[in-house]
Amino acid sequence: MSGFRKGKARRVSHNPAIELVGIDKSFGAVHANKNIHLKVEKGTIHGIIGENGAGKSTLMSILYGFYQADSGEIRINGQALSIKDSQTAIASGIGMVHQHFMLVENFTVLENIMLGAEGGQLLAKGVSSARKELKRLEDEYDLKVNPDAVIEDLPVGTQQRVEILKALYRGADILILDEPTGVLTPAEADHLFKVLKVLRDQGKTIILITHKLREIMAITDEVSVMRRGEMVATRKTAETTVEELAELMVGRRVLLRVEKGEANPGKILLSVKNLTVKDSRGVTMVDNVSFDVREGEIVGIAGVAGNGQSELLEAIAGIRKPSSGEILIDGKPIANADPARLRELGLAHIPEDRHHMGLVLKFEEYENAVLGYHRDPKYGKGALLDLKAIQAEAVEKIEKYDIRPPNPRLKTANFSGGNQQKIVVAREIERDPKALIIGQPTRGVDIGAIEFIHRRIVEMRDASKAILLVSVELDEIRSLSDRIIVMFAGRIVGEKTPEADEQTLGLMMAGIAA
Amino acid sequence: MSTASVPLPNWITYGLIPLLNLIVAFFISGLVVWWIGENPFTALRLLIEGALGRGDAIGFTLFYTTSFIFTGLSVAVAFHAGLFNIGSEGQAYIGGLGAALVALALDQYVPWYVTMPFAIMGAALFGAGWAFIPAWLQAKRGSHIVITTIMFNFIGAALMVYLLVNVLIVPGKMAPETRTFLPGGQLPKLDWLMALFGAKLGPAPFNVSFIIALVMCYLVWLLIWRTKLGYEMRTLGISPSAAVYAGIPYSRTVIIAMLISGGLAGMMALNPVMGASARLQVEFVGGAGFVGIAVSLMGRSHPVGIIFAALLFGILYQGGADLSFEMPNITREMIVVIQGLVILFAGALEYMFRPALVHVYQRFKRA
Repeated sequence: MSGFRKGKARRVSHNPAIELVGIDKSFGAVHANKNIHLKVEKGTIHGIIGENGAGKSTLMSILYGFYQADSGEIRINGQALSIKDSQTAIASGIGMVHQHFMLVENFTVLENIMLGAEGGQLLAKGVSSARKELKRLEDEYDLKVNPDAVIEDLPVGTQQRVEILKALYRGADILILDEPTGVLTPAEADHLFKVLKVLRDQGKTIILITHKLREIMAITDEVSVMRRGEMVATRKTAETTVEELAELMVGRRVLLRVEKGEANPGKILLSVKNLTVKDSRGVTMVDNVSFDVREGEIVGIAGVAGNGQSELLEAIAGIRKPSSGEILIDGKPIANADPARLRELGLAHIPEDRHHMGLVLKFEEYENAVLGYHRDPKYGKGALLDLKAIQAEAVEKIEKYDIRPPNPRLKTANFSGGNQQKIVVAREIERDPKALIIGQPTRGVDIGAIEFIHRRIVEMRDASKAILLVSVELDEIRSLSDRIIVMFAGRIVGEKTPEADEQTLGLMMAGIAA
Repeated sequence: MSTASVPLPNWITYGLIPLLNLIVAFFISGLVVWWIGENPFTALRLLIEGALGRGDAIGFTLFYTTSFIFTGLSVAVAFHAGLFNIGSEGQAYIGGLGAALVALALDQYVPWYVTMPFAIMGAALFGAGWAFIPAWLQAKRGSHIVITTIMFNFIGAALMVYLLVNVLIVPGKMAPETRTFLPGGQLPKLDWLMALFGAKLGPAPFNVSFIIALVMCYLVWLLIWRTKLGYEMRTLGISPSAAVYAGIPYSRTVIIAMLISGGLAGMMALNPVMGASARLQVEFVGGAGFVGIAVSLMGRSHPVGIIFAALLFGILYQGGADLSFEMPNITREMIVVIQGLVILFAGALEYMFRPALVHVYQRFKRA
């Protein structure tokens, strides 16, 4: 089967679905795309990888008509096209599945799929034909959804399926997926890959943007690597390796494994006892959870997203009030302390969501470098802020953490994801806390920065700090943790050492085995 | 969407774009004027002459400007904390009570410069007090600040009429107003300042409040961009979830921001009450609180922007009054239409020309 497909791909190679010729795009002083050439063969899955800020998203936005290239040509099925807006892109058969879904949350699946293609002033006729067409698409591509379900009730993986159906409904032959697995569980990701393979075998062309090398190796036929606005290489996936791609992405050799020595745990520093936390709707998210974290060890909490890890972190950080149970730092109960008090007690928190919690994106970099610590007298006596001192310290951290561009006066939103995360990590680690709680330290972060952040976390451990780590990346949990606690449905289902194999942990995460 | 992230130099963002908006607003106003059968160029000349042509005209313009600076700052401070204070009108009205009580108590005993600091405090305290209840309701009960401050405008207005008609009225007089303050309760005119520029102030009530307003501009700038409290307010205003993460207390920050906002609105009363009429009258605020919303919007909630926006609205107010006097076809309501157009283009549609300018700028830069 696959041999047949590959043969087919070779046969149509004179007629690529997409050809980009010399695409160039600048935003002010930032040269986001430099003379990009790219050929995507019809009926293949083509991966585009690169670190955050390498220019992948800009390139795809040009293809989808959000931006116009300063120069260069786009050819769709051999025909030069000027894509002025997304309508033109859709009309040329290009569909896009965005990283953050473009769905109306309180509309049904069917309503969302029709959106923008309602067909006439009265809905009734459009609805019935859309329903028929949706049914046909579902059957053809094995993409089952309930057309009358309301989006906000659906799991994330299903919402993504709706996005794909929406693109297909509009007649997309070329699908662009931007970091599609960022929000998915491993099982949902596997299902997505199956769907993508079906789509390819039916003759659709798929562009997959990601920074996860494993995904590239798993499902793409060809892969192009971008670095700092340039297309540095295109390889047949079968003829390359993870190591080669990583090196191409970063421009130097990278350590894919975390190097760390033996843990040297000391006394118990952070202790959680019979903790129960409810969310805003009153649903129990953390159910009678107890564990300890000692000085000099990293305790990882593994689990599929949405099993209470976020609420647990927020309760420890003082953001969410627990409904019962105790949290102790150094033996002192802190369950009712607010985040400001907890910082004074030596608890630092790298939050899961840097955009909404860890950073104020509209602030300049140096302003975020003191978020939460701004009342510290060293940043200004009395009521005033000492901007000189704050900026001087920000410059130090920028150098130490290699935050780019090295400009403390730049708006935080204008930094790439990896550099934004470094701003948060620098702020929390440089306070020299006693305990550090970390949520998704490397979500949406490029490889170079991941390596850096992991090294810092291990250094903190070796400096006898107590570290609690929550991540949905099982690899990350396994390579960093000294002990692994698995959460499922708000409960701790077991504890393992990092040597435990992935399958055992996976079964525990699914609530099947303990 | 596609051009919003492209950076433009400051002279375009803060100079050219507002200027273009203003020109378009005046152009459409001109069409309206032409449509009702008057010459738009004559109307524009009359408006500008009426606002800036003579010493007393400038005095009146700056008098209105002063009021608008106070209310503009009031709206801006709340806005930085993510609060839309629609209640500056009522807070200014109640602030007038505070100023008047101080003036009535002290004017017989001390000169104006002794009364002034107490009057500033009185006006600010009363204005802040009027903002406190909506602030408390927002902070502790989640009652929406827009709704409560609007309602408090009405309550404030009714309360002031009651007080002026039944309590503060001079016995035996018909007018619902307090007695006239003695010079010890008045803020002197700034005729010396006008004289420096060779202009005569005449009867215009341009007074010391203007200087107080400029001082407040500086203090608001200091508060918002140089203090820890201002930092917390801005964090809360931009990202409430980041504020929670940072341990910034929501209730306290909301209440303090609204107290400062109400205090600034209250201080607006110094200008008409102690600087112009020398007594407390009904409806002395005259919509300045609402103009403050437009001023803050146009001035991008920055004190320097607010000064310019307040000046623009001062010109429209004073020049508009003169224009409707000279051209009977152009009524007061027409002036309101013109002001509305300015608000529409400079406030609500402020980014309308941005995409086009981005294209022109990029082409220009490449060339």
